[in-house]
Amino acid sequence: MSTNDHVTPAQAAHAHPNPGVTGDGHSHGTRKSYLTGFVLSVILTAIPFWLVMGNVIEDSMITTLVIMAFGVAQILVHMIYFLHMNTRSEGGWTMMAAIFTIIVVVIALSGSLWVMYHLNTNMMPGHTMDPATLM
Amino acid sequence: MSTKPQTAEGEAIAFYDLDPHEHPAHASTTLGFWLYLMSDCLIFATLFAIYGVLGGNFAAGPSPADLFNLPLVAVSTTALLLSSITYGFAMLEMEQDKQGTTQLWLAITGLLGAVFLGLTLYEFYHMIHEGAVPQRSAFLSSFFVLVGTHALHVTFGIIWLLTLMIQIGQRGLVPANQVRVQCLSMFWHFLDVIWIGVFTVVYLMGMLR
Repeated sequence: MSTNDHVTPAQAAHAHPNPGVTGDGHSHGTRKSYLTGFVLSVILTAIPFWLVMGNVIEDSMITTLVIMAFGVAQILVHMIYFLHMNTRSEGGWTMMAAIFTIIVVVIALSGSLWVMYHLNTNMMPGHTMDPATLM
Repeated sequence: MSTKPQTAEGEAIAFYDLDPHEHPAHASTTLGFWLYLMSDCLIFATLFAIYGVLGGNFAAGPSPADLFNLPLVAVSTTALLLSSITYGFAMLEMEQDKQGTTQLWLAITGLLGAVFLGLTLYEFYHMIHEGAVPQRSAFLSSFFVLVGTHALHVTFGIIWLLTLMIQIGQRGLVPANQVRVQCLSMFWHFLDVIWIGVFTVVYLMGMLR
């Protein structure tokens, strides 16, 4: 099947241009990329704290949505600038593992919150499980 | 008649490699460590889900607005964020093969981690002193498990950091130690990512409840 004359895909995956530490396809970033990530993180941290501590927005629902958006943005900044995630490192497997994890995390979080939304109502003493009230 | 898949040139595709070949040392370590981090992520997702479900059950006990001290959280967040960038500088110095400055930045990272841990422990001590113990309500149980698990991770991160600094001191920046510095870098930044979730969901959204 495979002779030494041609490189199999399995061998190609192991052929590192620079064997050793830096040969894993990870980019380690530069001083500039670290500083960019840091400045973005500071901004994305400071604004939510300011919004909550300064009571800037009257409606707490809007504030909640805004700070959640800032949280997600900052997580993305950290993944790109500090964890150096890209689609190429380790032949794309780090990205695949991350996407799989994110899907499971989203299912676990949204599923738990959805299923348990009526927890307190249903745990009330003397509560009858009337299907009509569960809608 | 052959049923094997063919390439354009008519060669059979080799799906696996039977021939022995050399694996460079530590080639798969970072990928394996990344998979560990992803599974750790699932642990935190579970704890976040528990907090999301039970975080409003105060059982007539203290609420987040009674307990949390946002300026303190802002300081600990700053410490952890600064430790991420100082670890980044350690990585950059390591690439330049400068052992002394790598160790210096690692030490600063460890100190910032210790500041963060100290503030968390102070907060826990303060809360327990006020009677806001984990047994008090479902909110406090889920709070202590979530924030405590994160603090435990930071504790082990600091222990790992100190161990690594001793190893670098003894053996220098050999390839094995470089891989360890890389793995700890992922672990450290990962903890910072988790902390973003904690301060957003637990502290900031807790104050809005």
